[in-house]
Amino acid sequence: MAKNDNDIGPRVDAPTGTEFVGHEWDGIEELNTPLPRWWLLTFYACIVWAIGYTIMYPAWPMLSGATTGVTGWTSRGQFEAEMKAQAAKRAPLLAAIAATPIEALPTKPNLMSAAVEGGKAAFKVNCVQCHGSGAAGSKGYPNLNDDDWLWGGDMAALDYTITHGIRNPDHAETRASQMPAFDGVLTPAEIAAVVAHVRTISGQRKASAVSQQGAALFATNCAVCHGPDGKGGRAVGAPNLTDGIWLYGGDADTITQTIRMSRQGVMPRWGHKLNATTIKMLAAYVHSLGGGEATPAPQKVAVSNAPTK
Amino acid sequence: MLQPNSPEENAPYLYATRKAVYPKAVNGPFRRLKWGIMIVTLAIYYVTPWLRWDRGAYAPDQAVLVDMAHRRFYMFAIEIWPHEFYYVAGLLVMAGIGLFLVTSAVGRAWCGYACPQTVWTDLFQHVERWIDGDRNAQIRLDKAPWGPAKVARRLSKWVIWLVIAVSTGGAWIFYFADAPTLARDFLTGQALAIAYSTVGVLTATTFIFGGFMREQVCIYMCPWPRIQTAMLDEKSLLVTYKDWRGEPRTHGLKKLADDGVLKTGDCIDCLQCVSVCPTGIDIREGPQIGCITCALCIDACDTVMAQIGKPRGLIDYCTLDDADIEKAGGQSAPLLKTIFRPRTLIYFGLWSSIGVAMLFALGQRTRLDLNVQHDRNPVFVQLSDGSIRNNYMVKVRNMETRPRDVELLITGLPGAVVWTADTDRVDGRSTVDLRVAPDSITKVLLFVAAPAKGEEHTEFAITVKAKSGQEKGDSDEVVFERPEGSDHHEGDDE
Repeated sequence: MAKNDNDIGPRVDAPTGTEFVGHEWDGIEELNTPLPRWWLLTFYACIVWAIGYTIMYPAWPMLSGATTGVTGWTSRGQFEAEMKAQAAKRAPLLAAIAATPIEALPTKPNLMSAAVEGGKAAFKVNCVQCHGSGAAGSKGYPNLNDDDWLWGGDMAALDYTITHGIRNPDHAETRASQMPAFDGVLTPAEIAAVVAHVRTISGQRKASAVSQQGAALFATNCAVCHGPDGKGGRAVGAPNLTDGIWLYGGDADTITQTIRMSRQGVMPRWGHKLNATTIKMLAAYVHSLGGGEATPAPQKVAVSNAPTK
Repeated sequence: MLQPNSPEENAPYLYATRKAVYPKAVNGPFRRLKWGIMIVTLAIYYVTPWLRWDRGAYAPDQAVLVDMAHRRFYMFAIEIWPHEFYYVAGLLVMAGIGLFLVTSAVGRAWCGYACPQTVWTDLFQHVERWIDGDRNAQIRLDKAPWGPAKVARRLSKWVIWLVIAVSTGGAWIFYFADAPTLARDFLTGQALAIAYSTVGVLTATTFIFGGFMREQVCIYMCPWPRIQTAMLDEKSLLVTYKDWRGEPRTHGLKKLADDGVLKTGDCIDCLQCVSVCPTGIDIREGPQIGCITCALCIDACDTVMAQIGKPRGLIDYCTLDDADIEKAGGQSAPLLKTIFRPRTLIYFGLWSSIGVAMLFALGQRTRLDLNVQHDRNPVFVQLSDGSIRNNYMVKVRNMETRPRDVELLITGLPGAVVWTADTDRVDGRSTVDLRVAPDSITKVLLFVAAPAKGEEHTEFAITVKAKSGQEKGDSDEVVFERPEGSDHHEGDDE
């Protein structure tokens, strides 16, 4: 360490006129160059600003939470204010959707597209758990993109299904029907014959003696709900057994299981959880996925009463 | 920051105090050229936003408009969408190469004549001469103590500068919105805050750069002089003091020179070239970064040469090569030969081929554009009749300012049916009619169903065509997806 010999005072670097700090490495010494004034002023200004900030805004941690600051600002409060502002912006559109009868919604393109977008958002929160993010469903959970509807695929029918749910035992208006379990009612051989018949009418195999026997059993046991031709009925939510869509699966094993043990799919009702406008928008979204049906003409409703038992 | 804290005399001091520049008024061909260029460039700048151009009912009628809000760029008959921004990039490349071309041919002509800093500084200096008088009067006034007369002159000068500055900043914003509407809104206080702040910032920069910083902007702030200096070569035109003709100067030696006692040059050291220089340099010290080649010293020197009966051009545009030739007593190359040489011709070829390529692309571009995205969630949908449906989000971009009837059709997918939420599914129909709004993007979810039997991935094309037939359309290759193993019947287990 190069120390001052006589301790007269700090040594000064001749070319710059600046004091040495006293540190020296291999002959290289450190100068005590003062901080630039602009830097110091900025630094002091930051300190002043920081003091003001801690008074104005939440800052100091206390035993239970932090100081609130005189402005009362919170990030949660700001978030809520922003959400409220957005809701206020959306309000006229939602009011217009609410005031439009659901059957008339598709005739108003701007309201319909807004409803589809709103429904998409609500779907992501409430429906994707069972129906999947693309509404494609899975085994036991219907694919909402297709054109097969157990309870109807027009706007009003979708709205009703979402509002009242399916097989909610505590709700009188829920969509309900029950497929009996045929285990013990029919012998395994009889069940196999019915399976053969069902796979014949759905075009998965050719008719045979066994399927002929199944056809007779079908007429006495199944046609009540599924219809004599197996095309199902929406009044009781009986699936069409002749088409290409199977909720649980169309192979022989799955159909056997379905006939023996029955299926009792449940969808919760949303009428008491979501408001009517949201449900309307959900119906619009589901309707827009590609399988939506036109609102039926009035006389068509009367037809669906026929196979009720 | 920079503290003169050295006890020693020879310590380097890094700050040069600005020497005030009081450029003297001058007249001559280059001064007139500068007048002309100033009038033309200022007129282009101030008038352009007010030019109208009829584009029909669906687009603004402003000839030049950068419509940030709607993401459109209008320039007379050309409308550019954001995805066509490469035309603007091409223009910028052309501007860059154009500067290379101009610089290698005629030196720093941009700096001397056309740069906004030069033009507005020149304008501000004219105002200064009009209020304060010419060079000598300005020097006197600067040295004079503050009194009512000086305050009045300073105030009136600054007010005029401020008016110019405000109208400069004000004109800028008209390029970004409908000029008449914005002008009304601006004056009644209803324009957007961004308009006022833009005008404020540009007013401040014009006032400060044109009124006070002037040549310091060129010398200390602007990177362009450095870049241009690097691009100059021995054949670039520079404003040159022909020292082989001027030296030795005859300042105070006139008598001896007249008597033939002393050999003298043509320069009489009258300092006119220095006093007219807007950047305050002495051109006789040779080429230097402070020279913006405005050629006012040429005018000043030519005037003096005419007065003393000597030929013009003691200070003149001259290349380094020509300087060497002239110094050796030879005849310099003609001007055209200096300008048309391989380097400038290559720059010009490059510049013009980019321009021609862009014009060609502009003529060939489609104004009906298609963008198709296959819906991946779900990838396909099993329909009740056994067929498979895929969904496609189709965006049709109608870049013309009129509504158009178009047709979407698919090719290469056997047995396919196409429909949308607004049309019915009809067997065998593979087209969908659509009305697209003017100057906008129409989004439609296209449902495509095809028989279940087929390849797992089938490539096919979706095409958009204008119903009127003539215009160019657009086509996109997309994939139709089927469930795995769909090329044989899945349930055939008997």
